Amino acid sequence: MKKLLFCFFLLSQSVYAEIEVYQFKTPELELRYQTLTEELRCLVCQNQNIADSHAELAQDLRRKVYEMLNRGETNPQIIDYMTERYGDFVLYRPPFNMKTLILWLAPILTLLIGGIGFWSLLKRRDNSNERLSDSERARLDKLLHTKKSDSK
Amino acid sequence: MKLRFILPLGAFLVMVIFLAIGLKLDPHEVPSPLIGKPAPAFTLPQLHEPQKTFSPADMKGKVWLLNVWASWCASCRQEHVYFTEFARANPNVNLMGLNYKDESDAAMQWLARLGNPYKISIADKDGMAGLDWGVYGVPETFVIDKKGIVRHKQTGPVDVMILQTVITPLIEKLNAEGE
Repeated sequence: MKKLLFCFFLLSQSVYAEIEVYQFKTPELELRYQTLTEELRCLVCQNQNIADSHAELAQDLRRKVYEMLNRGETNPQIIDYMTERYGDFVLYRPPFNMKTLILWLAPILTLLIGGIGFWSLLKRRDNSNERLSDSERARLDKLLHTKKSDSK
Repeated sequence: MKLRFILPLGAFLVMVIFLAIGLKLDPHEVPSPLIGKPAPAFTLPQLHEPQKTFSPADMKGKVWLLNVWASWCASCRQEHVYFTEFARANPNVNLMGLNYKDESDAAMQWLARLGNPYKISIADKDGMAGLDWGVYGVPETFVIDKKGIVRHKQTGPVDVMILQTVITPLIEKLNAEGE
């Protein structure tokens, strides 16, 4: 039984070693390959980029990126190819357009709303401090005073 | 004073609405940007007669369906029953099968055993044609019009409901359109 388990262990190792290695003509090309595959989303396991994913689709997409790079195509051309087929969803950094307006502006808006809320809260607190009338102040003094004399 | 309670409550309600909508969305259903665009070209060998090829350009002037499937895909098997029935009931519909990243022998055995609803089966062994069509999870089904424009994409297995309420009316509509 232990031997069998060990065999399974060996098998599982070979599965992980299956990630393909590409040879590039220049280091620049390799760098571009890395940045591109890190920015493209794998559509099967959607929280991974195609550089990290073991899904078959990610393998195919990596191969496509490699082929297109070797053909001398530019980064925008490759990105366009992907978005034409899979939509903006394939990009980890969504472009700024009408559809993504809320997505991009929401953080700024929430910060603005929060800021205004916080500011008005502070302002209100300031006002309430000033609102202590003369008679109230006298009462406060008296209270503080009696407290002091009590403790003696 | 009242506003102090209404504001957070309002914000909370808005959040609840957004989250409720978010729960209903299926992130695996990525809308295809291919809809309304010309079907990507390819020339690939046919599954049963590899010396013959198939290309989407061959179907110009006809409304046709492209069903992407593989013998290793479990949900393809699930939808296969509906497609064989559909093909039997509608012999005029041009249903083509794109055998995606599969072994030809396994695919032919699968069709021989479970029935072959396809007019032509195409072998896309390395999945590059599938990639061009934006396939990311088999099964997927495309409806292409007479001008060669992709008009509909069904991601995931079809069932009787989808065939009756979506696919069939669309084919009828597209058949009525001019070339």
